[in-house]
Parts: sequence; C-alpha cells; structure tokens
Amino acid sequence: MEIIEIKNITKKFKDFAAVDNISLTVKKGDVFAFLGPNGAGKTTTIKMLTTLLKPTKGEIFLDSHNVAENPHETRKSFGIVFQDPSLDNELTAYENMQFHAALYGLKKDVYQNRIIDLLKLVELYDRRDSFVKFFSGGMKRRLEIARGLLHHPKVLFLDEPTIGLDPQTRNLIWNYINNLNKAEDVTIFFTTHHMEEVERIAKTVAIIDHGKILIVGTIDEVIRKAGAKTLEDAFIKLTGEEIRDEKANIGLSQMKINQKLNR
Amino acid sequence: MIAIYILWLRQLKRFIRKKASIVGAIGQPIIFLLAIGFGLNPIFSKAGGGNYIQFLAPGIIVMTVLFTSIFTGLEIIWDKQFGFLKETFVAPVKRIDILIGKTLGGATVAMIQGFLVFLITLIAGFRPENIWSLPLAFLFLLLVAILSSALGAAIAARLEDMQGFPLIFNFMVQPLFFLSGAIFPLKNLTPILDFITKINPFSYAVDGLRYSFGGLSVFPIGVSLSVLVVSIVIIFGVGVYQFSKVQM
Repeated sequence: MEIIEIKNITKKFKDFAAVDNISLTVKKGDVFAFLGPNGAGKTTTIKMLTTLLKPTKGEIFLDSHNVAENPHETRKSFGIVFQDPSLDNELTAYENMQFHAALYGLKKDVYQNRIIDLLKLVELYDRRDSFVKFFSGGMKRRLEIARGLLHHPKVLFLDEPTIGLDPQTRNLIWNYINNLNKAEDVTIFFTTHHMEEVERIAKTVAIIDHGKILIVGTIDEVIRKAGAKTLEDAFIKLTGEEIRDEKANIGLSQMKINQKLNR
Repeated sequence: MIAIYILWLRQLKRFIRKKASIVGAIGQPIIFLLAIGFGLNPIFSKAGGGNYIQFLAPGIIVMTVLFTSIFTGLEIIWDKQFGFLKETFVAPVKRIDILIGKTLGGATVAMIQGFLVFLITLIAGFRPENIWSLPLAFLFLLLVAILSSALGAAIAARLEDMQGFPLIFNFMVQPLFFLSGAIFPLKNLTPILDFITKINPFSYAVDGLRYSFGGLSVFPIGVSLSVLVVSIVIIFGVGVYQFSKVQM
C-alpha cells in the first residue's frame, strides 16, 4: 500500500523550477532515503509533502489525504524533524514537548507518560527542566526527534537529521529510527549526505538533482543501474562532480560571490 | 481549544521570564509622564485645559497597551527566523486558532503592562473620578490590546525579517499613537489633522478610556465601542487571510 503518492509536482520560484515535474510513491513501512546534492530540491519537496509550501502544479497524497486540498487532516498523519532548528529556546525541554502535545490535541494523562518515555529514550530526561537555549546542537536534535514522535505519526520526515552530530549521537538516532520502523511500522522518509547512513537503514533510495528524479530503487538496484561499486560512487556518477551552491534560492549578491569564488 | 490555550500560555511564559523587558517597557511611559506630562502641565492649565496629567494618563496607558501588543504580535517574525513557526504550522491546528492564541497571548501581556503603567500614573497624581467606572476602562483596554495584537500578527505574518521593523514602528505604530488624541485634545484642529484623528480607531480608544475614568470626552461611548469592535473584526479578517497565505 502506498502511503505517499507524488503525482507530477512542480514548484517554481519565479522562473526557477526547484522541483520539476516529479512523481514518486513510497510504500507503507518503507525506509525511504531521498538523496541529492545541495539545492537539488529535497527540502522543497519535503516542504510540499508537509503542507508548508503549495506545489505550482501536481498533486500529493499522504495517507490518502490530498495534501493541498486537505492540509488539516494531512498534518495529523506525519511528524517532521526539520533541517534547521525549530525549538523555542525560551522554553524548557519538557515545555517544548508539552506545547507540541497540546497542538496535536493529546490529553494530559496520555502525553505526560509519553513525554517522559521519549525524553528517557533520547537521554534528555535529566535535562527536562533546562531551557533549550542552554542545549548543544546534538541535544536539540535529539529533542526535536523525540518531539516529532510524540503524536504517533504514520510517516516521519527527517530532513538531514544527523547534520553536525557526533558518531555516538548519530548511532543512537539511527538505531532508534530503525527500531521505530520495525516495531511500530512508521514509514521513514529521510534525507542525508552520509551514504553509510543510507546503506545502514534505507530500504528504498531515490536520487534527485536539478529538481528531477534521476533514479529510484533498492540500494543494490541503484548501484547496479549506475554501474558503480558503492552507493557513494553511484551518487557521484549520477549527479556529477561539480560542487553545488548551498541553497538554490540564495540571494543575487551571494550568487555573485560564489561565481567569483568558482572562477 | 487546548491549542489556543497552549499558544496563549507560551506567550505568557515568555513574558514573565523576560524580567528586563517588563521593566524596559515601562520606561517609555514614565518618560512621557515626566517630560510631556509635567513639562506641559503649566501651559495646559493656563490655556484652560485643566490638569494635564489627568488628561494625559489615559493616553499613556493606551500607548503602553498599543506598543506592547503590537510588539508581541510582531514576535511572529522571530518565530519565523528561529524556525519555531514551522513547528506551529505543520501541526493540525486551524490557522484561525493560531491567530486567536497569539492575539490573546499578546493581549494578556499588554494588559499586565497596561495595569502596571496605570499604577504608575496613580503615583504621578492621576485620579480616576469614579472607581465604579474601572470595569468599563478595563473593557476599553482589552479591546485596544486585542486590536493591536491582531494588527501586529497580521503584519508579521508576511514579513521575512526584522528589517521592516523601523518602517512599521515609525510610519504606523507611532502615528497611531501620536494622532489619537492621546497627548492633545481633539478640538479646534486643522481639517487635515481632524480627519486623520477621526479615522484612527485608537482615537476612540483613548477617548473611551478618558470617558471611563470620568474625564472629558469627544465621542459618544457607544460610537467608540462600536468603532473598536468593528476594527477588531476587520483586522482579524485580514490576519486570517494573511495567515492562510503564509508559505515557508
């Protein structure tokens, strides 16, 4: 059964097509790695999947809800860990979790225990009453992951969840995500630049570049089709060796600086 | 309902934890009371206007509530920059509920500040004529708080960063206050100033508050209340529309 169906979506920012007529399906229970160089269109796609951006063209179904037409119902079905931090620094770890629980309409007797369990799991229980502003990058990430799981989502989106984390924390997070997928059948849709993370847990891989899907398949299929030895080789073969700008929608001045640097 | 409550609670917690900004926000009203209030009092009395502190105090209280509410509404820009707004916007909460929660949170914070400044005006010598009119005064302040808070949120919804802030402050917030009859009586004005003050909803707020405290007023109380309620409905409608258009 397909839990995500993307049908011919395009997202244009003025004349620039960040996502250019892509179609994808993700099966329920899959661990789907969505890969691509910087500025390929990964985050834009995730934003459209999670109701933050409206596609210029095309339709998306998530858990059988039409995302554009029925954003409210769609939002109940997924959890997300954003690429950039999205915590309230002036609240404590517990309060951030509590805020989330209330927004998702959980009852106090339900969420209290669940928050405690999740905070223990990401090893932040002892720091539950500390303000988030005093947390390290890794602690914030762990808290965000715990928060994304609080309302039992059917699909969990993780946009570069392990960026800037030490190997210990990465290990903890992927182990947990793997267990979550196996034990609770949560569909995982994630992006990363670490190919070893993909090899470790992904069941399906898609590579996107310049807003277009280049390939979809299992890790073995992708490596075979690309005629490469490893996933990293396959990735470079498919997307080229040229270095990309950090963001597709950077300002004009930054583009000029980059052009000068690239010369 | 619980979503509205938690949004309101967050606003309140943030306010209570920022002790410095609570003190900071009463600095400006104090300067206004001292410099303008006591400074212009002799000349105002001589011109036959009566005690100027008595006249100015309601204006200063409205100013406090107006500024605090708009700033709290504008905090949405920070939420955007620090990524927290995304967390709110991917949650299954209706946009109108987010706006209501934000507005009520900002309004509550502003009411607390307004009450603090009210106490300060009492120290400065302001005397409400009738203690029984305080509930009506409270109602006027609440309407001001809701109107300004919704206004701040509606503006902030479509701004990307704080760069537009001086523009908003100098060309909207300040004129709303200075052209409201808060510091001068709305009588014998030049036609253009007369017109501007009459289309400014905060003129009716200041006037209504002055009436509640037993001072002289220009507009009938029913007119003032209606103008404020209608303004809230309009601004709230704009806010809901703006929120529905937010893309991140």
